[in-house]
Amino acid sequence: MNVAFLGASKGMGRSLARRMAERGDRLFLLGRDSTDLRRSAADLANLGATGEVGIAKCDLADRKTFRPALDEACDALGDIDTVVVTAGAFGQQEDLENDPEALNRLLTTNFTNTIHFCEAARGLLLERGGGRLCVFSSVAGERGRKPVILYGASKAGLSYYLEGLDHKFHDRGLIVTTVKPGFVRTGMTAGMDPPPFAGEPDDVARDVLRGIDRGQAVVYSPGIWRWVMLVIRNLPRAVMRKIGF
Amino acid sequence: MAATKNPKRQTRWKPRLVDKANVAAVRTGRTVTMTGWGNYPVVRGRELRSENLEAITRSAVLTRGLARAYGDASLPPPGDHIVAASPLADRLLSFDSNTGIVRVEAGFPLMRLNRISLPRGWFTPVTPGTHFVTVGGMVASDIHGKNHHVAGCFGEHVRSLKMRVADGAIIECADGQHDLFRATLGGMGLTGHILEVEFQMQRVPTPWIWEESERIDCFESVLERLETAGRDWPFTVCWSDFLVTGQNAGRAILNKGRWAEPGEAPAGQPKWRSAPTFPVHLPNWALQTWMMRIGNWLNYTYHGKAPREHITHPETFFYPLDVIREWNRIYGKRGFTQHQAVLPAPHTHRRHEQYLRLLHDNRAKVFLSVVKDCGNEGKGMISFPKRGVTYALDIPIDQDTQRVIDRLNDFVVAEGGRIYLAKDAFTREEHFRAMEPRLDAWNDVRRQWDTEQRLKSSLSVRLLGDRA
Repeated sequence: MNVAFLGASKGMGRSLARRMAERGDRLFLLGRDSTDLRRSAADLANLGATGEVGIAKCDLADRKTFRPALDEACDALGDIDTVVVTAGAFGQQEDLENDPEALNRLLTTNFTNTIHFCEAARGLLLERGGGRLCVFSSVAGERGRKPVILYGASKAGLSYYLEGLDHKFHDRGLIVTTVKPGFVRTGMTAGMDPPPFAGEPDDVARDVLRGIDRGQAVVYSPGIWRWVMLVIRNLPRAVMRKIGF
Repeated sequence: MAATKNPKRQTRWKPRLVDKANVAAVRTGRTVTMTGWGNYPVVRGRELRSENLEAITRSAVLTRGLARAYGDASLPPPGDHIVAASPLADRLLSFDSNTGIVRVEAGFPLMRLNRISLPRGWFTPVTPGTHFVTVGGMVASDIHGKNHHVAGCFGEHVRSLKMRVADGAIIECADGQHDLFRATLGGMGLTGHILEVEFQMQRVPTPWIWEESERIDCFESVLERLETAGRDWPFTVCWSDFLVTGQNAGRAILNKGRWAEPGEAPAGQPKWRSAPTFPVHLPNWALQTWMMRIGNWLNYTYHGKAPREHITHPETFFYPLDVIREWNRIYGKRGFTQHQAVLPAPHTHRRHEQYLRLLHDNRAKVFLSVVKDCGNEGKGMISFPKRGVTYALDIPIDQDTQRVIDRLNDFVVAEGGRIYLAKDAFTREEHFRAMEPRLDAWNDVRRQWDTEQRLKSSLSVRLLGDRA
């Protein structure tokens, strides 16, 4: 695969990119911090990624960086057949409630700008007759829940967008994979106590890569979250009002 | 009844994600309970964990890897101290397949290093008995392995370190450049935060091990056989039964290994196996001395009288205990400690016998014991090994442990030996000072780079007189 990867330097993105590198995929990294990207590029090249692992600056907070970054990726890889987005922001519900600026940043990053980025990537992939677009959403977007109302809302919007993309463009060769991780032990969640069923980034990466290869539309990981969320989605509103989950 | 039950249930249902304390924790570190591999002692502190080790070491008193040190070496002092966790900083920054020079971030785990390097014809120059350690931790403990008699400590193969020193500066510290380099090898993380490590790997002819083992019925020949084996074999170690008494006391199995040559090794690469996790802490009473007696007897008897030789998977040879993750849980929550001491050469049968008798007289419950001869002292200013014989004794913790360790340390001091800090939890400051004439020189370097005494651990408070 020739992959343009936004978010490969941290967390689940790092693990996923490594799995791709280990099997010899070609990678091009997009991200905010060039120094950090270069180190991740070296890591992936050392693990076996084919060819040189290029980098380009691309900031989810800044829409203007999207198109040039993707173009650079195109130039470097020749032909991009896969775009992966694992980047995103997280904020605790209480922090977001009390800080409108932080809330705005989170909504812009996770929803508005991720969609802009995906639109650019979609255009690129459709031009070449299709390809794979894998985007990390979250189980938090499955139902409005007290601890993750705002973060969840941003991911819910993203999930709906990706589902729509799949419906409209599947026949034209665009394979969209929406990843819905549960709680995963990464740097992003390091300050929180892990709940039951907490997952490891490398296990998520394994599930996601399999999902991408098979063209799965939705990947829950760890897998148990599919069933947890099935229950949560079907709980009566009266119950949701009572419980804190 | 119902009234008392309800609030409990509510706290259980309330997701811990939204606790006020937790919101703050994202920024200042999560308050966690930390222990070393021996589950003793237990310390609460605040842990910062991130891919960006440079950022989180700014406010930390110590960096912690995979916490495989048995005692308190990886624990912050009691109180509300911040410790940086390195395992997410795990990138392979360079690997030159021609020269075998590798540079990694400090949290890079040895298991991944082995699995990446063996197919390329390289292996870590020195490995400890577990692959669940970080390279940063291997430097901080200046680990040694079955090949110490020929390869020395890991530090002998380190070329350069990138460190955040106590005043906040980030420096590249190459071998021979600063005293700081030598003070950091085996310095238990107390001289600065190790951020990156560059070291020289060892070429291997195949990724397989040729192993031979033999039973030693009489403890008198253990030392000789170890020494003889060391002349021909790069890897030697002796498992010994210190629970049995009488004429069988100290019977042992000697393992010898070397990298297999292309003609004798299987054609393929070793398959990497996953290891199941031991799910729960067993109750404290679950593992009893009589069971270990039977276990040791089985181990010994099963081997048989005749020497054995075979090709072995490298992970089976180097990391026999890693087949089960979290195996320390079989000791229960009481935990266990390891007393590893080196008794300097010339080591004699008489001293070996005295040591065994000392263990016996003090009713030391030595569940597992490993004997190994060490080569010369290395570069590390405070590293553990020196020429002689080292005894590693696993002892479950009870009210008697402190006394047993004290008696063992009396003996070690009297014989001019010293202990391995990476395993220790019970040694007293006065014993340690008596064992370590090198301490003042090392402390001078440490203080020179940390004038405000910012870096500390539970171990440094216990043994070096640091303020908590």
